[in-house]
Amino acid sequence: MTTLPLSSQLINLGAAVLLLTSFAMLSQRRIVSLVNLFAIQGAALSASTAIVAYTSGQHHLYYSAALSVALKMLLLPWILHRLIRRLNVRWDTEPLINIPTTMLVGIVLVVFAFGLAQPISQMSTTIARSTLGIALAVVMLSFLMMITRRKAISQIVGFLAMENGLFFAATSATYGMPMVVELGVALDVLIGMVILGVFFFQIREQFDSLDLQHLEQLRED
Amino acid sequence: MSAGSVIGLVEAPLAVLLAPLLIGWIDQCRAWLQNRRGAGVLQPYRTLRKLLHKDAVIAHGASSLFRVSPYIQFGAMAMAAAIIPVFSVRAPLGVAADTIALVGVFALARVFMALAAMDIGTAFGTLGARREMLVGFLSEPALLMVFLTASLISQSTLLPTIVDVLGQIHLTIFPSLAFAAIAFVMVLLAENARIPIDNPSTHLELTMIHEAMVLEYSGRHLALIEWSSALKLFNYAAIGVALFVPWGLAGRAAGPMELALALPIAAAKLAIAGAALAIVETLSAKLRIFRAPEFLATAFLLAVLGLLVHLLLER
Repeated sequence: MTTLPLSSQLINLGAAVLLLTSFAMLSQRRIVSLVNLFAIQGAALSASTAIVAYTSGQHHLYYSAALSVALKMLLLPWILHRLIRRLNVRWDTEPLINIPTTMLVGIVLVVFAFGLAQPISQMSTTIARSTLGIALAVVMLSFLMMITRRKAISQIVGFLAMENGLFFAATSATYGMPMVVELGVALDVLIGMVILGVFFFQIREQFDSLDLQHLEQLRED
Repeated sequence: MSAGSVIGLVEAPLAVLLAPLLIGWIDQCRAWLQNRRGAGVLQPYRTLRKLLHKDAVIAHGASSLFRVSPYIQFGAMAMAAAIIPVFSVRAPLGVAADTIALVGVFALARVFMALAAMDIGTAFGTLGARREMLVGFLSEPALLMVFLTASLISQSTLLPTIVDVLGQIHLTIFPSLAFAAIAFVMVLLAENARIPIDNPSTHLELTMIHEAMVLEYSGRHLALIEWSSALKLFNYAAIGVALFVPWGLAGRAAGPMELALALPIAAAKLAIAGAALAIVETLSAKLRIFRAPEFLATAFLLAVLGLLVHLLLER
């Protein structure tokens, strides 16, 4: 068996942590821990981006890494924590499917994503190409989380985690998107977060709950 | 006969003799963490001596299965101890049985314990046996997956070979092994009736799993069961050390100097593992029995993820 260089090993480790946090989010019942896991995922993402930047000499990736530290590790979790405190929704989230089933579905998704990424990553020439499968898996797992959760906040965390996965996919396949695009996406996520924060208050005022199933029963009287 | 094979022969009896010490050490660490003085690391030996001096009382209507089950359990665990490399890979049965057979040996002990618990026909025995089988059938695939991950890396299911290969790869980070290690710790906690799944020192019959099965045992039978569960924990800890921190374990080509060093290194690693286990147990609360499938599904999932990550990243 061939031994990989240390930088590749570290990138792989970062990717593995990313995948692990996605699964941890999928299995997590408490909203506060969910947000903390999201912060950990942001940390793993920025660390592996920084390592890719160091090994490949792509300097704009340093800015990406710094951006994800500031945004995904510090600012967004802080906003979410504040929202949770102000909305007073620190209790358990209720998944629609029970958690062991969700995780088994998650495994199937991971196998699918790995199989899907195999031919794509062989065409790529970057140092982190083998982690493309993990990035795809993170995207799909976040999708799954958005589907299986009822509460608005956990769906938002799923959305943000999906953005993490896309970011990681871009880094591993093509050394990241152009800086303008990345800044635009980051800004979009931030603005989306603020708007959704306002929405949360509206939803709660209307229904006394953040359970989005209430939205399905909307009727015009 | 070289020094290595002589030491290999001593390894299994030594494991059997030292297993209660590990339980004593874990209990002592837990006592310290809970601000108690604790009973000392030798307490399991005192309990065993006390039980061996008492008469064994056997319930009316117990069949011979009830009587032989403790011996079978102890025999299975002692055999497992002979398969697992504790401080040198020359364990006496090391090449005779691989990791898959090892899982089978553990299953043999579990089945006989459950059968004996059902044999008496008491409500608690049956309850404990069913719960034990529930935990067992969920943790076994996870354990197999952990072994398969390590086997894929080292291209062998034999524990001595796995240890030899993993011990020689220096400074390589295996994300798959990290996943497998977490899964293994979860399986260890569940299989050995430790705290998130079962409380070994509980007195509440309704929450018992392992203790409910041995309620009817007394005297030398109980002593053997206690000893074999101590040995089971020791075996699991030794497997964990061998798979995930194999450095310092005397390999096939080890000289006398390495063999002499291997014993204190193994003792130190087991002591650290025991202390870590005590910390985990102190920090976590016992799960409801209906949460146990979730806990073990997570372990299985982590083990499968380890396997997948190995196939994706490390080839």
